[in-house]
Amino acid sequence: MSATSGSAASAPPATAATSQPPSIPQGPLVQGYEVVIGFETHAQLSTASKIFSRASTAFGAEPNTQACAVDLALPGTLPVMNKGAVERAIRFGLAVGAHVAERSVFARKNYFYPDLPKGYQISQFEIPVVQGGQVEFFLDGDKRAVRLVRAHLEEDAGKSLHEDFVGQTGIDLNRAGTPLLEIVTEPDMRSSLEAVAYARELHRLVTWIGICDGNMQEGSFRCDANVSVRKPGAALGTRREIKNLNSFKFMQQAIDFEVRWQIEQIEDGHAIEQATVLFDPATGETRAMRTKEDAADYRYFPDPDLPPLVIARDWVDTVRADMPELPHVLRARLASEHGLSEYDAAILTQSKSMARYFLDAVAAGGQPKLVCNWITGELSRRLNAQEIEVDASSVDAATLAALVRRIADGTVSNNAARQVFEALWTGEGTDVDAVIEAKGLRQMNDSSALETIIDEVIAANTKSVEEFRQGKDKAFNALVGQVMKASRGKANPSQVNELLRKKLG
Amino acid sequence: MSLTSSDISRIATLARLELDASGSERMLSQLNDFFDIVQKMRAVDTTGVVPLAHPFETIGDIALRLRPDVASEPDQREANQRSAPSVEAGLFLVPKVIE
Amino acid sequence: MTRPDSDLHDLSLVQLAEQLRQRTVSAQETAQHFLARAKAHDQSLGVYLARDEAVTLAQARAADERLAQGTAGALEGLPLAHKDIFVTRDFPSTAGSRMLAGYRSPFDATVVARLAAQGAVTLGKLNCDEFAMGSSNENTAVTAVGHAQPEPVRNPWNTDHIPGGSSGASAAAVAARLMPASTGTDTGGSIRQPASFCGITGIKPTYGRASRYGMIAFASSLDQAGPMARSAEDCALLLSHLCGPDPDRDSTSLDLPPEDYSRSLNDSIDGLRIGVPEEFFGDGVADDVRQAVDAALAQYEKLGAVRVPVSLPRTELAIPVYYIIAPAEASSNLSRFDGVKFGHRAAQFQDLADMYRKTRSEGFGDEVRRRIMIGTYVLSHGYYDAYYLQAQKIRRMLSDDFQQAFKTCDVIAGPVAPTVAWRIGEKSADPLANYLADIFTLPASLAGLPAMSLPAGFGAGGMPIGLQLMGNYLQESRLLNLAHRLQQVTDFHTRKPQGH
Repeated sequence: MSATSGSAASAPPATAATSQPPSIPQGPLVQGYEVVIGFETHAQLSTASKIFSRASTAFGAEPNTQACAVDLALPGTLPVMNKGAVERAIRFGLAVGAHVAERSVFARKNYFYPDLPKGYQISQFEIPVVQGGQVEFFLDGDKRAVRLVRAHLEEDAGKSLHEDFVGQTGIDLNRAGTPLLEIVTEPDMRSSLEAVAYARELHRLVTWIGICDGNMQEGSFRCDANVSVRKPGAALGTRREIKNLNSFKFMQQAIDFEVRWQIEQIEDGHAIEQATVLFDPATGETRAMRTKEDAADYRYFPDPDLPPLVIARDWVDTVRADMPELPHVLRARLASEHGLSEYDAAILTQSKSMARYFLDAVAAGGQPKLVCNWITGELSRRLNAQEIEVDASSVDAATLAALVRRIADGTVSNNAARQVFEALWTGEGTDVDAVIEAKGLRQMNDSSALETIIDEVIAANTKSVEEFRQGKDKAFNALVGQVMKASRGKANPSQVNELLRKKLG
Repeated sequence: MSLTSSDISRIATLARLELDASGSERMLSQLNDFFDIVQKMRAVDTTGVVPLAHPFETIGDIALRLRPDVASEPDQREANQRSAPSVEAGLFLVPKVIE
Repeated sequence: MTRPDSDLHDLSLVQLAEQLRQRTVSAQETAQHFLARAKAHDQSLGVYLARDEAVTLAQARAADERLAQGTAGALEGLPLAHKDIFVTRDFPSTAGSRMLAGYRSPFDATVVARLAAQGAVTLGKLNCDEFAMGSSNENTAVTAVGHAQPEPVRNPWNTDHIPGGSSGASAAAVAARLMPASTGTDTGGSIRQPASFCGITGIKPTYGRASRYGMIAFASSLDQAGPMARSAEDCALLLSHLCGPDPDRDSTSLDLPPEDYSRSLNDSIDGLRIGVPEEFFGDGVADDVRQAVDAALAQYEKLGAVRVPVSLPRTELAIPVYYIIAPAEASSNLSRFDGVKFGHRAAQFQDLADMYRKTRSEGFGDEVRRRIMIGTYVLSHGYYDAYYLQAQKIRRMLSDDFQQAFKTCDVIAGPVAPTVAWRIGEKSADPLANYLADIFTLPASLAGLPAMSLPAGFGAGGMPIGLQLMGNYLQESRLLNLAHRLQQVTDFHTRKPQGH
């Protein structure tokens, strides 16, 4: 399997090269063992038709109503490649800085299974369409990169329904022939947390560039995790593959269980045997699948029904031209252009809509750092509480920008602004200035009025004044508090400090 | 080199074929007859020769034709399942699959 | 002009087309005539696996209407039958296998549809070796019309002899005048060898010239459809409408417009260089075959062509190379026959694995099982490089040898087979003997080159002998031109077997 990296066709050049040792810092040890995880992800490509036939890929149709003669492998049928699937593979290759192969080859993977109509799966073996590349993400503040070996095009299988029939299995081939991009990583991950962070980032990336709808319940994004453990510095241990992890929650549970199980086995003196396992959410455990007697021998060979897939450079350029700005690029731009920390920028680029919201607010005159704080703080808190996306926020970007402007120009204090936001969120008000006035939250910036208040406070609190003059700073704070209280919160705290110190000399 | 009866059973398993004792014996001798003439082929020096998987490589460097992504197949389940051995509620039935 | 009803079957395809256009005979009368002839010879030859008078006559009626309205196609009303490797909507499609006994395809093969679009009328489906695997048409697993159980197809020149294979019935039916032309498929010689054995003309075009959609796949990188008829002229007419791109259905079909192969039939062959590979005239070649081929080459020299010696040094290697590559692809192509979606399913089994094994063992005949075993073996872990990959490398060498030869000649000529058709049963116990007899047809198949067989005389026991012509890519018209010129000065192609 070739996994060459970086080429003229792809910017920035990919760093992957299977020969290099993982450039990943050691992860946390579990009972003295290092955890090693690699991922194989099947992303269903969001095409209208199947990869080799003109049948629809829509989810949830009546059984076998979207399985045409080609999908059923009826005698005499032949595959014809879907351009949309290739275009999406190119987009992914560009998104991860991989090499998009000028020439790649489809091969047959031969095995018998009722949901595999032809008795072989058309896939790519020796020469995949996407070679190398890497996925970058943050793990509690640290930047991580997982190198990709490859991503190749292949066809999905049908579904076996075991429940509905006594002693029999029903086969629905509607899904058969749905285009898949299988994305294979190096064994670069060192903890279940890192694995989940990678999976989330990959999920965000494929949805961000619009090649996959990311619907995990419907199986549009399925992960297989290859898990092994070893003593630090030792050679890679024997891996077991956890199949079809279709939720981030199960992903972590499954890997954690698997790691514990493998360590126990080794500690009890048993060798780990390579196996494919399934995670049972009910028990929270993984169990080995029934091994097919010949699973190991797929008899791959070039598919004689399909000439090589040739991707002209100018096609790659066209695809690159209409790629959306990628999360990591946008992240860098937010950091450099708006002076945000990489971490803040990362949070703002969680989703395309979140990033869009931020940029709109800034465009509407919101001071970037403040806008960022409000989005990552108040806004996110409320969105999460109500489990809604930012698009559904009852406070739009322009309104948040207006509020932030009022904080910046000193019209309202941060505390007052929260009350304004509350009113805007609940719909009590829609216009920022109107709410400020209605609630009388405007800060008092007229110093003469403030001086009067301060004089009164000094006069009424001689004790505190004395204590302050004797050097008790607490007393000063008490006086500030009194002034703020007297101004009913409208005084500008910094102004209060300044004037008070002046008067107390 | 020649095949053994264990090769025959390994291949038969891979190919999902059932051979009785006499059948697999006959198969063994017939395959070995054939692989005798294959020896000549194995002896040929092919260093540096690029395998030819398909004549379209020599007819002209033919590339894969790509079809526009349009879903246009009508539902033909009834016609497609006309020759199916066992169908219920639109599903193909097979003996229970245990995973 | 009086209607030559009784002699309809002696008319060539081109002559019959003219009569139909002139409407001196109707498509329905023609269909009736050939259906009656079919019945009369069901017993003796066993070429038909399926017929349906109602369907055929309905097609003929429609043809007559178009002829009357002046909207006739180029093949309007011409009666043909298709090798049962092509799937058809109106007739069962079995590939001659128990696995598909009674199978009904929801669509027509592109080749069938193209010919029908020009008005051809389908008489029925023709017997063949199971899944086109065989060179004798003895590997039959489906009971022919008018028969009680599956039987070998018989050669009309001598019914104790095989017609060749795998398109044996397609050749026998044309030789016996049961139809003016038929379709066949050629993977390693399955059009050329039976054409030779039955004394008719058949051509396998360049790989990719005819669509493979609806051809039940044997070996995808080798399978090609082609016409079988009595003369080159008839083959040219049929080939012109059988070939053409199929971009929506077959990724391996060439992106080239159809050609009119009739136009150049009479071109001069003066100075044309005919390459004669010494390797095609070794000890294995019977004297009668050698003499007939020599005579044909002498004729060509009389017609102005030049004979040049060429070499195809790896000819012998074509046998192991082909019998590794074709079974490898077949073992995969035939995996879809698992008793789940269509075709045979065993009646009794314990579980899924058992269902697969029993279904496939019952459904496939000996030769098919043998090739699946060979193919599975050469692709299996640890053997791929030594067998499959090595075979592909030599396939490249064989292909290069042809290009080398075509530097010094325009076409290559030689025998189709080392001998005339053998007796039924003579080699059936010895698969390898059958494989070895394919030696001269395999090289062109492996290289994807166009090649044809035309009658060149008669040999031992009065059995026909064919001459093989091989051209460079897309040189079909050149081959047909050469064949036609020979048929203008010889009458082998007009002779007919006793009682036909």
